[in-house]
Amino acid sequence: MTSQEFPASLAKGRSLERTVTSKTIFSSVMTGLVFACAILALIPLLALLFYVISKGAVRLSPQLFTQLPPPPFQRDSPQFSSGGFGNAIVGTFMTVVIASLISIPFGILSAIYLSEFARDTKLANAVSFFTNVLSGVPSIVMGVFAYSLIVIAITSLVKGSPSYSAIAAGFALAVLMLPTIVRTSTEALESVPNNLRQASTGLGASNYQTILRVILPTAVPAILTGIILAIARAAGETAPIIFTALFSNFWNWDPWQPTATLSVLVYNFAISPFANWQELAWAASLVLITLVLFANVLARWIIRKR
Amino acid sequence: MTSNLHQSVQTDNVLHTENVNIYYGDFLAVKEVNLDVPKNAITAFIGPSGCGKSTVLRCFNRLNDLIKSFHLDGKILYNGQDIYAPEIDAVEVRRQIGMVFQQPNPFPKSIYDNIAFGPRLLGYKGDMDELVERSLKRGALWEDVKDKLKAMGTNISGGQQQRLCIARAIAVQPEVILMDEPCASLDPVSTMKIEDLMQELKEDYTLIIVTHNMQQASRASDYTAFFNVQANEEGQRTGFIEEYDRTESIFQSPKKKATQEYVSGRFG
Repeated sequence: MTSQEFPASLAKGRSLERTVTSKTIFSSVMTGLVFACAILALIPLLALLFYVISKGAVRLSPQLFTQLPPPPFQRDSPQFSSGGFGNAIVGTFMTVVIASLISIPFGILSAIYLSEFARDTKLANAVSFFTNVLSGVPSIVMGVFAYSLIVIAITSLVKGSPSYSAIAAGFALAVLMLPTIVRTSTEALESVPNNLRQASTGLGASNYQTILRVILPTAVPAILTGIILAIARAAGETAPIIFTALFSNFWNWDPWQPTATLSVLVYNFAISPFANWQELAWAASLVLITLVLFANVLARWIIRKR
Repeated sequence: MTSNLHQSVQTDNVLHTENVNIYYGDFLAVKEVNLDVPKNAITAFIGPSGCGKSTVLRCFNRLNDLIKSFHLDGKILYNGQDIYAPEIDAVEVRRQIGMVFQQPNPFPKSIYDNIAFGPRLLGYKGDMDELVERSLKRGALWEDVKDKLKAMGTNISGGQQQRLCIARAIAVQPEVILMDEPCASLDPVSTMKIEDLMQELKEDYTLIIVTHNMQQASRASDYTAFFNVQANEEGQRTGFIEEYDRTESIFQSPKKKATQEYVSGRFG
């Protein structure tokens, strides 16, 4: 190796001090650029939070949970701050519970089949593929599907005439939640190390004993996280609920009747020309975001505890 | 359970194999296994890597069933019964022939629940606390963990975890304990404790141990099978038993040259 083959910057005995070259300038500029982009990516979320909190916090009070939506009032009316959306909170709760009751058992049992009985078979691959396709179906399409199947067909069968209902909304949300739950549960079960299965089988456990006593308990935190995140997403969906649960201005405890939900309340009130309704829409948005935030924190805490 | 007692099985041999050939798909992994495993003794499988020791071991408790392409021909008799007969329940086989693995694999449950897992599966109705204590004492772990039975089974040292796995296997009272390189991932002190434990266990159980450690085989076992490997024309390597005899004979006066070379360290 002669000294002519190498540039002066690599010559022996060169100084160790940092120098400013085009390379180092480029490096610094790029570092600054990626840092700025990361900050930029946070801005929409922060702006959203700021906006929602500042507009919605003014309405925060217990009456939001106990009172029904008010009629429109002008800003100078003494009843401007009256009313709440207790029925929407109940309605969101009802539809999400119905959706969970349908999607969680189906989802977990499917995941058990895919992970424990049919791993790497053609059937499992097909089921996985179609589950992924389902997760990409637009939520409004699911709403229309639930409309024609439940609102029109099933409700006519069960109740005699078609009707909007919380059950229809729950069904649409369940179809929405199902792919997420199947996917995260399958991953959770597959990530249980094989040597635990062997230990259990070696002790003389049958398939279902191994699954019930060893694999499921080990996978529960990850499965729970997937469920919580699916619920958080379903609670905020609007399109599938619009033509299934419709809306209601009154308290409703009957799942076969139309019911108010937070997301549809935001939809209806935000674009209305009435100031008090708009404020309520902001407050409902705030409640929804708090719900999502809480769900994410809970999910993280569960995973970390493990 | 139909009994198909083989005439030439001696009653003090717990396991007996007849011309067993083991395949993964079309690949012949181990050929012509003919072994008698005597009761209440320690039998060691030694040999270089890849010659089928673990494969044969896992056949005894039908754990190879978990591998899709596995099949065998020949007979494996446990107390005179062919354990691969179609009417035999593999789950029942595994309850009587237990296994300890190379990497300790305690369940992510408490130490107590680890030991109680097997008995609970079988519907044990007796005093569970007493059974757990007895198993841990037999597994030489009681003194170490008696104050922390609720601690996680994964929170103890490697040597303790392996003894936990042994105690867990003992808790279901098997007749045979298969050990697949149980000390491979342990330090010398833990290894010694487990070897001492094995000597105590052989009074009540029959042990088969696969080991790469020849010194362990020569000092800890009563019988030794030396596995070797042979390449056929296509270059596929098939394992077989080169020699099987009492341990002293294998190590001091082996009959085959390959055995002699292996135990003196010249290859493998």
